[in-house]
Amino acid sequence: MFELSQDHEDFRKVVRDFAEREVEPHVAQWDRDSHFPTDLVPKMGDLGLFGLVVPEEFGGSLDPDEGGAFTSLCVAIEELGRVDQSIGITLSAGVGLGINPILSYGTDEQKQQWLPDLVAGRALAGFGLTEPDAGSDAGATRTKAVRDGDEWVVDGAKAFITNSGTDITSVVTVTARTGTDDKGRPEISAIMIPSGTPGFTVEEPYHKLGWHISDTHGLSFAGARVPATNLLGEQGSGFKQFLKTLDDGRIAISALALGLIERMLAESTAYASSRTAFGKPIAVNQGISFQLADLAVMAETSHVLTYKAAWLKDEHDAGRRSVAEVKKAAAIAKLYTSEAAVSATRIATQVFGGNGFMEEYPVARFYRDAKILEIGEGTSEVQRMVIARHLGLPTA
Amino acid sequence: MNIVVCVKYVPDAQSDRSFNEADNTTDREGVEGLLSELDEYAVEEALKIAEAGEGEVTVVTVGPEQAVNAVKKALQMGAHKAVHVSDEAIHGSDAAATSLILAEAVKKAAGDGTPDLVITGMSSTDGVMGVVPAMLAERLGLPQVTYASELTLHGDKVSIRRDGDAASETIESTLPALVSVTDQINEPRYPSFKGIMAAKKKPVETWSLADLGVDAGRVGLDAAWTKVTSFAKRPPREQGQLVTDEGDGGTKLAEFLSAQKFL
Repeated sequence: MFELSQDHEDFRKVVRDFAEREVEPHVAQWDRDSHFPTDLVPKMGDLGLFGLVVPEEFGGSLDPDEGGAFTSLCVAIEELGRVDQSIGITLSAGVGLGINPILSYGTDEQKQQWLPDLVAGRALAGFGLTEPDAGSDAGATRTKAVRDGDEWVVDGAKAFITNSGTDITSVVTVTARTGTDDKGRPEISAIMIPSGTPGFTVEEPYHKLGWHISDTHGLSFAGARVPATNLLGEQGSGFKQFLKTLDDGRIAISALALGLIERMLAESTAYASSRTAFGKPIAVNQGISFQLADLAVMAETSHVLTYKAAWLKDEHDAGRRSVAEVKKAAAIAKLYTSEAAVSATRIATQVFGGNGFMEEYPVARFYRDAKILEIGEGTSEVQRMVIARHLGLPTA
Repeated sequence: MNIVVCVKYVPDAQSDRSFNEADNTTDREGVEGLLSELDEYAVEEALKIAEAGEGEVTVVTVGPEQAVNAVKKALQMGAHKAVHVSDEAIHGSDAAATSLILAEAVKKAAGDGTPDLVITGMSSTDGVMGVVPAMLAERLGLPQVTYASELTLHGDKVSIRRDGDAASETIESTLPALVSVTDQINEPRYPSFKGIMAAKKKPVETWSLADLGVDAGRVGLDAAWTKVTSFAKRPPREQGQLVTDEGDGGTKLAEFLSAQKFL
């Protein structure tokens, strides 16, 4: 069975220390100002956070003999997410959506061109799948790319793209229709659009309920031309590629949710132990202590589900587990932890009473940040679809 | 350049620190410990020197079993090898005894010679006496340049800047020397993931007093020149004074600050 190694725990200590010293003191202000801390990204790079799953030749630390690399990434996301969810998703998306597609499907030249800067935290990359009218139904993609000589000409729009508009964003990989297959279905391919490409516009940042620190934009493409060599992976395989990207992303979201739940448990326990009402700490009341017990169960369950999924993913990468096992475990972990995270922030803000509604207390920020966990990287409904598909049910 | 950095494993200031009831020594076992933050600056400075040229950084600590975690952190940051001096007889040692053990460990770590440079923090974060660097320099027969907020090497000399209340001094010494550094000298790095993995393969020697040829009778609680004879927990903080503003809040506040000699 799986368990975290001493290396993982040693690494956890360092990331926690980093998060508490470099992120925590600034995070309330950044959140208030919707400020993306560009300077923090290279520091995260120095720590090796972006290179955990990347081979050494591109600046990463992946050692195929050691194993457990994806689990390390989840530890880092959990610990950053404990301090701030936006910083956690910046890492999660930076690796899962920015680096991974290039690492998995890029040519040697593409990898050499983009990965070293991304791994060092000198640059960030985005992945544009979602469109204003196409989310989980990725087959409904409208953005199209037409081949014109040695170039692709891209037209269309993408929505909610993380890390796509920072000062250091170097490239965004987008899915686009590049034709139709034999059965008349749209052929989807992935194409890399460097920042600053004429015709590629990064829209104004969204006004979001939460994740204020995270960089999220809509993107539009009007005759954006890139070299034919910017095709990522094989033409027509964009659909397959992004499905795999999403599986990994789901486990990462679970790690983010886990960090949040643990923080809610810690905050609520401390507050309920010190806040007095009627002459006693409010934690003496079962109405409170039972809710804290529920939080503890959520934290423990989320830990087990997240790291089981991460372990399966590492085992799959080592050729010992099937992709179906990873898919199912990822969907289960994502569904449970994200729904538990929303419940956990509801409990925590309730334990904090009136103060829970005040932005001076971090539980309020986490309350706003939690909801997206049930939506991003596949909604709860999509996770239930995926899980149900693994139950061998009769089909309609 | 052969550099030895002396570091200490201290109880985490964030945790609930206490003394042992039996002998009034610091409780180092019942609490989470870590590499003293002030020593991180010493490690960082040594690494910067080593990285700028040719050099090897050896980290030395004296302490109980778990004190090895202090040198492990330094190895994760990038130090090359480590020495952990551990011996039951060391328990309760004062600064004088600690400097004796460190001196012998530094000599042995340097191959029974003297390293080019010994770097320490300005003090520990638990005992906070700040005397070990000076004592250690004396025992090693090295020039001591303490409280360095800047360190520059040129040829066979080291010069430092020491910021005092009235003036900043630049002090030069020949090498080999001992330098203690302040928390102004640099920004210590975090260990990277690669550093953590690499540290697993780095050598950590564990030496006893006998390995160093130090007589156990010269160290430990019984040999200490000073002793903590009693301790009492600080009383919990009392609730502050509430002043109700009845139109004279400003005056009352000024009176309070004046009474506390803040004004």
